[in-house]
Amino acid sequence: MEKIQDKKQQYQQRVEEISPKVNLLASSAKAFFVGGLICTFGQIITNVIKNMGYSSDEAAMITSITLVFIGALLTGVDIYDNIGKYAGAGSLIPITGFANSIVSSAMEFKKEGYIFGLGAKIFTIAGPVLVYGLLASMVVGLYHYLIY
Amino acid sequence: MEYLKAFIVGGIICVFGQILMDRTKLMPGRITVLFVVIGTLLTGFGLYQPIVNFGGAGATVPISGFGYALGKGVMKEVTKEGFVGIFTGGLKATAGGVTAAILFGFLSALLFSPKAKE
Repeated sequence: MEKIQDKKQQYQQRVEEISPKVNLLASSAKAFFVGGLICTFGQIITNVIKNMGYSSDEAAMITSITLVFIGALLTGVDIYDNIGKYAGAGSLIPITGFANSIVSSAMEFKKEGYIFGLGAKIFTIAGPVLVYGLLASMVVGLYHYLIY
Repeated sequence: MEYLKAFIVGGIICVFGQILMDRTKLMPGRITVLFVVIGTLLTGFGLYQPIVNFGGAGATVPISGFGYALGKGVMKEVTKEGFVGIFTGGLKATAGGVTAAILFGFLSALLFSPKAKE
């Protein structure tokens, strides 16, 4: 039993030795730059839509829809994953990254069929986001209901 | 100026995500869920709205902005409809985004196939 523990520790040490060391400053700078750019692009879309006479909330919603479309398309043509290799969280955190994760898993499991492959795996990331997002929104709603 | 603010706020939110990616063993999907939940709760306590007022799309484009839409929607609906709003507000406010994500996700996965990785 102790031997197994020893082996496990050795393995952990070895993993840490050979894992590539990340330079947090460099990766953060890249994430800041790419994430900032995507948000600036979103601001441009929002302003264009506001100029067409939509309210702020509607403009934000249409911006999200547009960015989801772009993220899904860029994932399909295999460009978004390459951006992700460079940008890390800079392309994961914007809503385009959410679209990317939806398309990636749906595409990957298409070979398992259109119902239980594509149809089910489209929710690999979207499912947890909806489950915990909606539960959190109910907490907020209940809080708001009791306080106001 | 508006664009600069969006750039900076959006950039900073992404840096938080990058720190989580590099310094913890959290998978990207878990970071996404975490950001949505935090965005929703911050909105509920009135802390996310000031960030949106300042940063515009810099705060609504990151996935925490999806949480903002959930939180804002549920509060609006509770004010309007009372208790039942707790059940309807979140999905109502995000219906457009969720449906678009499913539509575009479906179409993209239908039309394209994963490239072979070298």
